[in-house]
Amino acid sequence: MTDLLEKTRADAAPAFPTPVASPPRKRRRRVAPSVAVAGVFVVLLLVAVAVPQLFTAVDPYRAVPTEGLKAPSAEHWFGTDRLGRDIFARVVHGARYSILIGLAATAIAVVAGSIFGLVAGLSGRLIPGRFGLLVDETFGRLFDVISSFPAVLLAMVVVTFAGPGVQNIAVAIGIASIPMYGRVVRSQTLLVTRADFVTHAAVYGRTRRRIVAEHVLPNVLVAIPVLAAIDVGASILAVSGLSFLGLGPQAPIPEWGVMLAESRDVLRIAWWGGVFPGLFITASVIALTVLGRALQRHIDGRSS
Amino acid sequence: MAIALQQTSTRPKTGVLPWRRILTRLASGALVLWAAVTIAFFTLQAIPGDIADILAGEQTYPGLKEAISAEWGLDRSVFEQYLAFLGRLLSGDLGTSYVQRQPVADVLAAQVWSTVELAVVAGIVGAVLAVVLAVVSIGRSRVVRSAMSTLELVFTSVPTFWVGILLLMVFSFQWRLFPVAGANGWQSLVLPVVTLALPTAGFLAQVIRESMERTLTEPFIVTVRARGVAESLVLLRHALGHALLPVMTLVGGVIGGLLGGAVITETVFGRPGIGTITLGAVTGKDIPVVMAVVLFAALIYVVVSTVLDILYTIVDPRLRAQR
Repeated sequence: MTDLLEKTRADAAPAFPTPVASPPRKRRRRVAPSVAVAGVFVVLLLVAVAVPQLFTAVDPYRAVPTEGLKAPSAEHWFGTDRLGRDIFARVVHGARYSILIGLAATAIAVVAGSIFGLVAGLSGRLIPGRFGLLVDETFGRLFDVISSFPAVLLAMVVVTFAGPGVQNIAVAIGIASIPMYGRVVRSQTLLVTRADFVTHAAVYGRTRRRIVAEHVLPNVLVAIPVLAAIDVGASILAVSGLSFLGLGPQAPIPEWGVMLAESRDVLRIAWWGGVFPGLFITASVIALTVLGRALQRHIDGRSS
Repeated sequence: MAIALQQTSTRPKTGVLPWRRILTRLASGALVLWAAVTIAFFTLQAIPGDIADILAGEQTYPGLKEAISAEWGLDRSVFEQYLAFLGRLLSGDLGTSYVQRQPVADVLAAQVWSTVELAVVAGIVGAVLAVVLAVVSIGRSRVVRSAMSTLELVFTSVPTFWVGILLLMVFSFQWRLFPVAGANGWQSLVLPVVTLALPTAGFLAQVIRESMERTLTEPFIVTVRARGVAESLVLLRHALGHALLPVMTLVGGVIGGLLGGAVITETVFGRPGIGTITLGAVTGKDIPVVMAVVLFAALIYVVVSTVLDILYTIVDPRLRAQR
């Protein structure tokens, strides 16, 4: 318990290099090769999201019927699809959809989950008597209810009501991961509000609002980035699955899941259409997960 | 002596079940189910647009909407509709499909076994594979361990539908070993099962290995080793069972994942089942069918995780002591 408290305090402290503590600083950990590769891949991916034109000058929507279903070659690195569109260009431009929807879903889950978790954790502490506990309990049960639905099915319900589309599946996937963030933020809030430095601040006569804003919030929110970094991959995976089912962005948008769905009819004669988009989904998810775990190890290791 | 006496006095009475804990768990399971049903009902109410309009479809003539409202009970108050909804659910009536115009229960019952077959077999294959991955990698050299964890990372990062596509390309198109689509005989079950089992195995293997590593540091393992028990027996007979107990609490989530994955797997392989029905219902806005499937999934999740949690408290006496 004290262990955890010290961790949160160490994270909250500004990272000024102290002249005295030089010996431990010497031991700079080398970046593992897998983490380096993952980092480079993620950077390239983000560049493709921002300016896809850097990687390819070909228009991903330009169909050349005479060039349909060409195998990978020097001209078309990943081959062409049935309509003669360049698959490499479509994969590069598709990063924008696949990655951004995944990021948006994570952002929705982080924001909603943090708010719910904070309200649940704080009301159990700040509101005296049964009402506070009731609020806390209600949020706990809400998280239970959301997580009792499989994520894919929950997303399908949202799409049934709101219709398919980019925003809707981002919201749908986001809702499904709210409980995870909510539970972590709630327990972190309970932990921090019990910490000595919060008691000290109260003894010093700080108002509740200031204690929450200056001490509780920053120490609770440090837990979020690691969680989000590991979860982004899962969101991207879920988004591509729903797109594959035809519930997300619609053709001709070059989203990776949509491209794989389109390739199914011609798989027998054109394997390339069914390979490259999937390869990029997998590589993105692996790279983001590896980076997320490295971040987690880094933060865990800093306090020990 | 005094210490020994004290210990016996605080020890939980063996044979007495932690009834309070069990009842609380049952109550909270029921509460979650009730909340899920209630949320489902009020989401139905909040749909933009009139349900009568969806039912009427393209047709319009005077009196049609009123007739539909009366037929489906839409003209009564929201609270009355809610009570009727609860009553129907309790008697096993899941409503009537808007599109197919027949009871949802019949629509689902016709297809449920195909999905259950797929999910159960995939779950078993996935669990066995996970145990093998975890046991093989533990206590081995760094190379083996990192190879195993890379494999798990790949399993959990590969999209289900892409695995399906790759398997189809290799085993059905190239080698013609298995049929491309349908659900006839065991041959058509192999590829979907593998597709669905891999992510399950990847996830479970990570959890089981972590749990085993924790278990292996416990004092009783030292005792077992001190008796001179072979290392493989220590792992399989003593550590594994112990390590699997906490994993049991995750089984509800795994089943949910299998159901969700079944939707995608069935689509890839053109297999009939609940997933295919749900996807059709989502695109056709057949809300009663979608709701029934989702509530069915929630029911399975809640029942399974409640039962396992209770079993867990019964099996593990340490949880009885700390109340």
